[in-house]
Amino acid sequence: MKLIMCAGPPTSGKTTVLRQVVRRLLKKGRRLAYLKIDVQFADEDEVFRDEFGIPARKVYSGELCPDHASVLVLGDAVKWAEEEGADLIVETAGLCLRCAPYIAGSLGIVVLEATSGMNLPRKIGAMLALADIAVVTKIDLVSQAEREVFRANIMDAARIDVLEADALRGIGIDRLVRRIERAEDIKKPLMLKGSPPVATCTICAGKKDIGWEHHFGVLRKLDSDLFYRGE
Amino acid sequence: MEIRKITILGGYGRGGEEELVDQVDLEMGDLLSIVGPTGSGKTALINDIGLFAAEDTPSMRRILINDAAPAEEFLDDPAKNPIALITQHTGFLSDVTVANFLDIHAKIRKHGNHDAVIADILEFANQITGEPIILDSAMTELSGGQSRALLIADAVIIGNSPIILLDEIENAGINLTRALEMLRKYEKIFIFVTHDPRITLSSDYRIVMKGGAMQDAITTSPEEKRIGEKITALDKIIVGLRDRISSGEHMLEKEFQSIMDMAWLT
Repeated sequence: MKLIMCAGPPTSGKTTVLRQVVRRLLKKGRRLAYLKIDVQFADEDEVFRDEFGIPARKVYSGELCPDHASVLVLGDAVKWAEEEGADLIVETAGLCLRCAPYIAGSLGIVVLEATSGMNLPRKIGAMLALADIAVVTKIDLVSQAEREVFRANIMDAARIDVLEADALRGIGIDRLVRRIERAEDIKKPLMLKGSPPVATCTICAGKKDIGWEHHFGVLRKLDSDLFYRGE
Repeated sequence: MEIRKITILGGYGRGGEEELVDQVDLEMGDLLSIVGPTGSGKTALINDIGLFAAEDTPSMRRILINDAAPAEEFLDDPAKNPIALITQHTGFLSDVTVANFLDIHAKIRKHGNHDAVIADILEFANQITGEPIILDSAMTELSGGQSRALLIADAVIIGNSPIILLDEIENAGINLTRALEMLRKYEKIFIFVTHDPRITLSSDYRIVMKGGAMQDAITTSPEEKRIGEKITALDKIIVGLRDRISSGEHMLEKEFQSIMDMAWLT
């Protein structure tokens, strides 16, 4: 089975891109399952179930970092998709712009909106660098000159393929679909592609107190290097 | 790759009816206008062109370059895209100065002498915009007219795009007559979406849109071109009046009448 992992900041158009992709892949006879990971609200699973009739689920990470939660639940999710006889499409929460939830052997797609400012590619790190392909959306809202700069900045930050798409109207999606069709099946054991900062910590887990002395794990003071406190 | 020709192959209108125009070929140096009432599908047509539709848009149109399907790299890499699309609503988002942005763009396009290129763009843009653009201003501070003037100059000079699509530039706050004169000097294909009779009649061809479909393709007759020139003269009068009123002058009916009388004589 193929595992497609779609990351990208909120409102960048991940769901719109995936709907266009799913519509085309289903027409070509592929079986698909969809998993949305989000923090506290998501209705995309209903969208995919209602619109395409495919098995769709969501998981709320709650107080965990959503990409941390993704690491914990994806093993089960892959089993679920296997039982459905389907390729699995995972859409991440996209809230932490540093994290990279991609799994080795999956096809990692990062969706970036052209309107997000030409320096975004330089800011988001592993989410971009560890992806296999970047899809730039909302290209109709930005001048060609700025699109060129945006693309050049992506290529500077990561040596990956860049596709431009107008996902609302389904333009540029066919090339992404061809890329997905070429993707290899995943092999077990499943491992994260890189070591993104998906660590959970006392703050992520809901402890609101300010100051290092209230926390455990990997800490730092204003004037210190990282140190570890705990068992 | 040298671009010689672009072809629009007709598809279907909104109601599913086949387009009456099944093929339009444009060669370098051609000016085409796309006309029709609001909602008739003009913008959809230039978007089809700008994105090299390949029966993958609602219209099912196809766009060919040099009689063949366009290379994939045209769409993947905007720096290799032979088409520059300047729409009504594209502004700039980048929080950098005009000089800085043009410098970055010139670098991506591997122009040697950036200063000379930037000077050329500024000269071009400032000939067609009312308020001159200053190199130190932030891109986001430019007015609508200044942005559009800069985009056109950038597409022509840095982008050196062989095909330029301009969506309703008459609303862009630029000096249209001057812009048309300047653009005519470049051997490119210009495609205008327009409601303006000056642009339409100074184009070589026009596609008439209705209900999302290409209804007719008309070659501008020499007679129409002459009429176009007269409309341009009329427009100069309107622009003259507009500038005087905008600059705070008081208007007199008698003076207005004499201006109009002169207009009828031309």
